[in-house]
Amino acid sequence: MLVHSRKARWALWTVFLVLFLPLFALPLLVVLGASFATHWSGVLPSGPTGANYRAATRGEALQALTTSLVTALTASVLALAAGTWAALAAAALGRRSRKAMDALFMLPVAVPSVVVGLAVLVAFSRPPMLLNGTRWIVITAHAVLVTAFAYQSVAAAITRLDPAYEQAAASLGARPGYVLWRVRLPLLLPSLTAAAGLCFALSMGELSATMMLYPPDWTPLPVLIYAATDRGALFTGSAIAVVLMAATLLVLLAVSRLRTRASYR
Amino acid sequence: MAEVAPQVRVVRGGSRPGGGSRRSHTAPRPYKPLLWALPPIALLGLVFLYPLALVVRQSFQPDTGGFSLQPYADVLASESFGRALWTTVWLAVAATAGCLVLGFLLALVIAFVPFPGARTVARFVDVYLSFPSFLITLALLFIYGGTGIVGSFRFLTTPWGVLLAEITYFTPFVMRPLLAAFSGIDTAQIEAAGSLGARAPRIVRRIILPEALPALAAGGSLVLVLCLNEFGIVLFTGAKGVTTLPMLVYGKAILESDYPGACVVAVVNVLISVGLYGLYRVVSRRAGA
Repeated sequence: MLVHSRKARWALWTVFLVLFLPLFALPLLVVLGASFATHWSGVLPSGPTGANYRAATRGEALQALTTSLVTALTASVLALAAGTWAALAAAALGRRSRKAMDALFMLPVAVPSVVVGLAVLVAFSRPPMLLNGTRWIVITAHAVLVTAFAYQSVAAAITRLDPAYEQAAASLGARPGYVLWRVRLPLLLPSLTAAAGLCFALSMGELSATMMLYPPDWTPLPVLIYAATDRGALFTGSAIAVVLMAATLLVLLAVSRLRTRASYR
Repeated sequence: MAEVAPQVRVVRGGSRPGGGSRRSHTAPRPYKPLLWALPPIALLGLVFLYPLALVVRQSFQPDTGGFSLQPYADVLASESFGRALWTTVWLAVAATAGCLVLGFLLALVIAFVPFPGARTVARFVDVYLSFPSFLITLALLFIYGGTGIVGSFRFLTTPWGVLLAEITYFTPFVMRPLLAAFSGIDTAQIEAAGSLGARAPRIVRRIILPEALPALAAGGSLVLVLCLNEFGIVLFTGAKGVTTLPMLVYGKAILESDYPGACVVAVVNVLISVGLYGLYRVVSRRAGA
């Protein structure tokens, strides 16, 4: 215990609450409150209604939700496959080439996502690979953006892996492919699911690159939220935002359940 | 588990005598791992490096065609670019400083002056990281918007509104590595210092801060890069007065269809961010984080 006097401790806790609540809890509460309201001109929202949610769960918004879910799911699977492969391949390399590969695969984090969007737009709007106007351009951009996070968490997990297991398997005559499939991947499963959750959440909330290249018939939720607030429909926008948060949290919860089961094995 | 047993038996039955077969697998070592690394590198090259190279190429190609430095001269000389560059840099630096101070204070209380529910707060911080950044601006629109709780619409369209949103959203990115670093500090050290008469500020300065420095450096530089690249927060304020480099890229490319200009701004933005990110990697590796 750092602070022993009771009074000082209470003072610190008050400061903590005064900083923490308005900064971190209030924004989420405000969005939640607004999603049930039609007016907000005083301290509290007024005009309780469920109409925002009716608008947020049908037609355009429902389509955007499925768009977001499909995009995030596909992009996460692609990113996880590429990131895991790259991390496993990097682990087998020498020290120097592994560092080079680390730098290469972490590069998309440093590049602004707007620029990633611009680059993908420029590259895939010309004949050899014409993806512009299709859903695949959005999915490609999302996969590029989240692969770095998949790579990072899998690479970190590989360095923590106890080599005794694979050595034992190999000394019993298991081939490298068998060791990978039966020993290494199962041991990596908890971090793989964690990486999948991270990729999914990031892709669900991705706005910057998406704004650069979404085709009219493939509008993910964040773009729809922006469109709603831009035309002044803040309350509908909040309801869609709550739907987005709820969908993300539900998937994360499912993934973390999977993870506990995986780590108990 | 039930499946594993027979599988192992099959392998044992089919295996050749130990040593020889092992060596035949490991003999072509030098190039085989490299071969396995090639497919993901090629994929990354196709969907990321090649597009980036095209952006660089297009930044040297004005609409009239040919190779020229004209787009650079035009953009770098324009007033809007200079303003955007300055806004981006000072917003990012100020937001990083704010996040570091606030994150350090909050993490300190959670870790060393724990209250009932402190663990829930720590988990809340984790959840916070999985939400998109523009939600914060959306909430601020209600709080400071025209008819909102506080109701000063002007505030949001100034850089200060963006600064507040960025500090709010990015502080958890500092808190998480800090909390991890704090959990590694031996509390006996703190107790010993306390029993020898050191007051709390002195303990923080002499014991906790040195221990937290690597995490602060790593978290701070990550937040700096993320702030330089932040787009959603600025877009949602709808402020015409606040233009950052990513906003400029979006505006030039999508709203004005000036692709060479957008590519020039993009190249500058990438150079700044990647340079800083390289610094972050060096710092965090030295810190062992």
